[in-house]
Amino acid sequence: MNQQTYPRRRWLSVLGLFAIGSCLNPISVFAKKPDAMEAIAKIVGSVAPKDGRVKLVIPPLVENGNLVVLKVVVESPMTAQDYVKAIHVIAEGNPLPNIFSAFLTPRSGTANITTRVRLAETQRVWAIAHMSDGSFWQGYAETLVTLSACTEAI
Amino acid sequence: MSKTSRTSITMPAQAKKNSVIEIRAIAQHDMETGFRYTEAGKLVPRDIIRFFTCRYNGVEVFKAEFHPGTGANPLIIFTTVATESGTLQFEWQGDDGYEAVNQSQITVT
Repeated sequence: MNQQTYPRRRWLSVLGLFAIGSCLNPISVFAKKPDAMEAIAKIVGSVAPKDGRVKLVIPPLVENGNLVVLKVVVESPMTAQDYVKAIHVIAEGNPLPNIFSAFLTPRSGTANITTRVRLAETQRVWAIAHMSDGSFWQGYAETLVTLSACTEAI
Repeated sequence: MSKTSRTSITMPAQAKKNSVIEIRAIAQHDMETGFRYTEAGKLVPRDIIRFFTCRYNGVEVFKAEFHPGTGANPLIIFTTVATESGTLQFEWQGDDGYEAVNQSQITVT
């Protein structure tokens, strides 16, 4: 009789541990990273983006994910020979990873863009810069969101 | 059925030649994501501004594409080089035939 209950106890304790684990680390359990990676792959194609040159600024702690000020700065001389063609912003945790894309020209002078975005949850946000020579550079920022966007009903 | 809303541009009216000027563009728009439901459980269709274009005397110098991840009342701050006096035209295009156009004059010395 006793022996029959042991496997169930063990199973319940495993389940309990998993539940505690998922509370402690919700990102790893509900990761939507493949979506974001797919969105990035669509932008860069077969070229591997390099780290650096792109600086993404978002507040580390966001109270309301509905309106988050986001700034992207790309290091570039912005001359006719060497300039930033496009900047794409990708959020790992949003239902649709693409947030916005900006298309620049040498006449932009600088590659600084500021806008306001929605963030669905605590996540990592990526910025991908497409240079005129065809190379891609990436940068990211982590943020903690207390009130999520897009979940409320109207 | 085309619709429009209030849009506004903030930029300097005068600038030195070849200096970098900052332009702030903002539009009044809900940017409905298409991911929200009403209390009755009906999906609210997507209704967003998709494109923003800036033309400097007819030459396209900046373009942005928005997705539902852009916040309500989209604001975009960018820069351009003041090359010559003239008109900057800003065009917004969105779902459901949304269109808005702004024009600003600049004097370059």
